[in-house]
Amino acid sequence: MAAKKESSFFNMVSTLLIVTLTAGITLGAVFILTEDPIEKAKKQKQEKAIKAVLDDFDRIESKNIKSAYDENQDLVFNVAYKGDQFVGVAIETFTNNGFGGTIKLMIGLSPDGTINNISVLEHKETPGLGDKMEKSKSDWSEQFNGKKGKVALKKNGGEIDAITAATISSNAFIDAVNRAIETFEQNKGGI
Amino acid sequence: MTALQNFTKGFIRENPVFSLLLGMCPTLGVTTSAINGLGMGLATAFVLVMSNLSISLVKNAIPDKVRIPAFVVIIASFVTVVELVMQGFVPALYEQLGLFIPLIVVNCIVLGRAEAFASKNTVLPSIIDGLSMGLGFAFALTLLGSVREFLGSGAIFNIKIIQTDMMLLFVLAPGAFFVLAYLIALMKKLNKKTK
Repeated sequence: MAAKKESSFFNMVSTLLIVTLTAGITLGAVFILTEDPIEKAKKQKQEKAIKAVLDDFDRIESKNIKSAYDENQDLVFNVAYKGDQFVGVAIETFTNNGFGGTIKLMIGLSPDGTINNISVLEHKETPGLGDKMEKSKSDWSEQFNGKKGKVALKKNGGEIDAITAATISSNAFIDAVNRAIETFEQNKGGI
Repeated sequence: MTALQNFTKGFIRENPVFSLLLGMCPTLGVTTSAINGLGMGLATAFVLVMSNLSISLVKNAIPDKVRIPAFVVIIASFVTVVELVMQGFVPALYEQLGLFIPLIVVNCIVLGRAEAFASKNTVLPSIIDGLSMGLGFAFALTLLGSVREFLGSGAIFNIKIIQTDMMLLFVLAPGAFFVLAYLIALMKKLNKKTK
């Protein structure tokens, strides 16, 4: 077995150079190898999310539209067509008011603005409380389906029941929904 | 120490979580459910084996004074490789664990084993050590996750066992500390008996 290398200045610099160089080349290679699969996986995930909130379409056109309430942010409108007919739009919307920060939703609207379905893309709400907004955890988000126009909690004069013990999460969810609806209303002609 | 002893030490006697108290950050943060604990444990085990393997191979080529930065670079590279490969080829698993994978880098078990074991031993024992510690970590996290998931939501591995509302506290951060404390006490007792 070779003896341990001495900690001379040259040895230290050269070793670190070799280690970091090897690491850099390896990571670069792995990145190139996985770039396409990662892109594909992301696209699939997005398509799946759109399919979950819109029923029947055969073509999607995505565009960025300035968000209502917040001029600096864009919402992604995935406009769905069947043949040449406009059959709905899946909007990627968000709110920063969640209990754990940002919540991202995909909300499907039919051409007249009625909510078709909503799915949660990303959230950091408390497990067991706020995470009931996920379809896999409870059917809380189903009550939005079929509603038209802006929504609000019952205690604020609306029709939506809050998640028990998670009013902040419920309000944040509603904020994201209203953001999408408001933006849709403002841009109706442009779609 | 025989190979078998080397392999079994990670589970109880030198369990990284219950006995060495290393890697508390992922331990407390990730274990809200059994499946999260298992996934994080297995990902860590993989990185541990790979980093122990490569560090025991190159240990003589690395001067003592720069060994820590060299080890950190090696470990971080493996973690990034795991993250990219998972993201590309098993996106479903990545979605569950994505947030926690970069945390493996800061897990002191990995650097701890590199420093305490792999840098002083040959390749085969180092691999066994990595496997033992990694699986011991996975075992501890799965146990912790199962107890918390059961007490908090009445389920284990998402399978409902009790239908009523449970003590939500155990899924939240304080529950992690409670359960961990009791499990450590239990393990200490078991350890004393076997001695």
